[in-house]
Amino acid sequence: MSKEIKKVEKPEKIKKGWDGISNYFRANSIWMLMYCTGCCAIELPQAMTSRYDMERLGMGPMATPRQADVILVTGYLSVKTLRRVIYAYEQMSEPKYLVAFGPCAINGGIYYDSHAVIKQLDQYLPIDIYIAGCMPKPEAVMNGFKDLIEMIKSKKATGWRKYRDNNAWYKANQIHALGEVRIKDEFHE
Amino acid sequence: MDINYILTGMLTGFGVLVFAFVWQTSLSGITRKVVGRFHKRYGPKWYQEFRDIFKAMSKRGITHGWVYDFGVMMALGGIMATVMFMPVVTFVAFGQLDNFFIYVYLFAVGMLGMAMSAVGSGNPLAGIGVMRALTQMVGYEVPFMVIVLAIIFRDGTSSLSGIAAIQQTGGILTWNLVKMPIGTIVGFICLLGMLGKKPFETFIAPAEIASGPMVEYGGKQLGMLMIMHQFATFIEISLFINLFLGGATNIVFFIIKYMIIYILASLISQAFGRFKIDQVIKYFYRWPIVLAILQAGLVVWGRIG
Repeated sequence: MSKEIKKVEKPEKIKKGWDGISNYFRANSIWMLMYCTGCCAIELPQAMTSRYDMERLGMGPMATPRQADVILVTGYLSVKTLRRVIYAYEQMSEPKYLVAFGPCAINGGIYYDSHAVIKQLDQYLPIDIYIAGCMPKPEAVMNGFKDLIEMIKSKKATGWRKYRDNNAWYKANQIHALGEVRIKDEFHE
Repeated sequence: MDINYILTGMLTGFGVLVFAFVWQTSLSGITRKVVGRFHKRYGPKWYQEFRDIFKAMSKRGITHGWVYDFGVMMALGGIMATVMFMPVVTFVAFGQLDNFFIYVYLFAVGMLGMAMSAVGSGNPLAGIGVMRALTQMVGYEVPFMVIVLAIIFRDGTSSLSGIAAIQQTGGILTWNLVKMPIGTIVGFICLLGMLGKKPFETFIAPAEIASGPMVEYGGKQLGMLMIMHQFATFIEISLFINLFLGGATNIVFFIIKYMIIYILASLISQAFGRFKIDQVIKYFYRWPIVLAILQAGLVVWGRIG
């Protein structure tokens, strides 16, 4: 882990007016990109369908990172999948949020001694909210999303701004884990 | 043309534009709620679509080059121009110009703008989506045009408000729904194809080609495309109402007819799977086209309907 680059904690400037209005829309219309390679993803169908009905909060699944507002990382990430999550996260348009499920994203969970799994997702990407449980029940998932909505409304979900301000720090960590992080533009090259 | 005509036309067109946006966007939200109830869900608020659109507009957009940006504006502009010509009840901007073929040509401007922009994003899935959308258009345009040409031949006018006025002369019995029932069924199937509802959702296909032409859109461009989608839906359903359901004598009837058609199409969409693109073409060139030619024959040679 490269410790030379310090993380910047900028004080949050609260802008009145347009930002407040757009935060209302952002909080009530959250489109998800589901990065479902971990086991916590099994709880999402229950949260989406008739029992818990995520759509009444204005949330819905989206097909591509470009369209999405929030990326759900459901559980552990291996070194290979971390690279894909970084690509997907960087493709999303700002403001963007990241929700991490389960203990695997905090400290590796039951994969804490695996050589192939990254332990702290927070070192590589900014996480706005963690949802506890192994796996979190649909109630916990819905509760987490309610909290995310509250955070967006009160301007506390600023992970995307942190990622922009501390980009060098995050990039150094990513390169340390992956060797190389290059966003490929396959279509325009 | 005097300045008065142009000014009144512009004002009426702007009014139609505002009405189209507010009404169609609200109805999209209501339909999401109705569909939710069909799934035994509670469903979103009725103004959810407004929130979605304004949220998308409030995000930071990226660009994939000037073709991508210009195409989005061309799509929105072309579709808005088409909406301004649409007769809504008695509000007809540019009275002598609401010819059916105006919609066919102006609508193509918007669609080509979107195709250009999507291909300009450089994503191969967008290219596949555009190709499928244009192929599907070839499928549904032919039976739809056969029916519309039969109507134009019978009525002797291609003005959309004229066709609606002829249907309003004798109450419900002179609607094309009653006079040309086979044609109305064909028109409705083609409407499903135009709207991209489920059996003919091939060019969007979120699970297969990641929402097709929309794959690279995010932020402001996606918001503009969503507004364009609402306007395009308004044009397609208003065309169907004016051609087959006798237009409307006042705004309440227009709203009721519009609501029934749109919610029916959305519910049909919930009951079907998705055709492959070759199945779409085979379907449209098998039954709708046969029925359309049968109906046109009845009208032109049989003088029935």
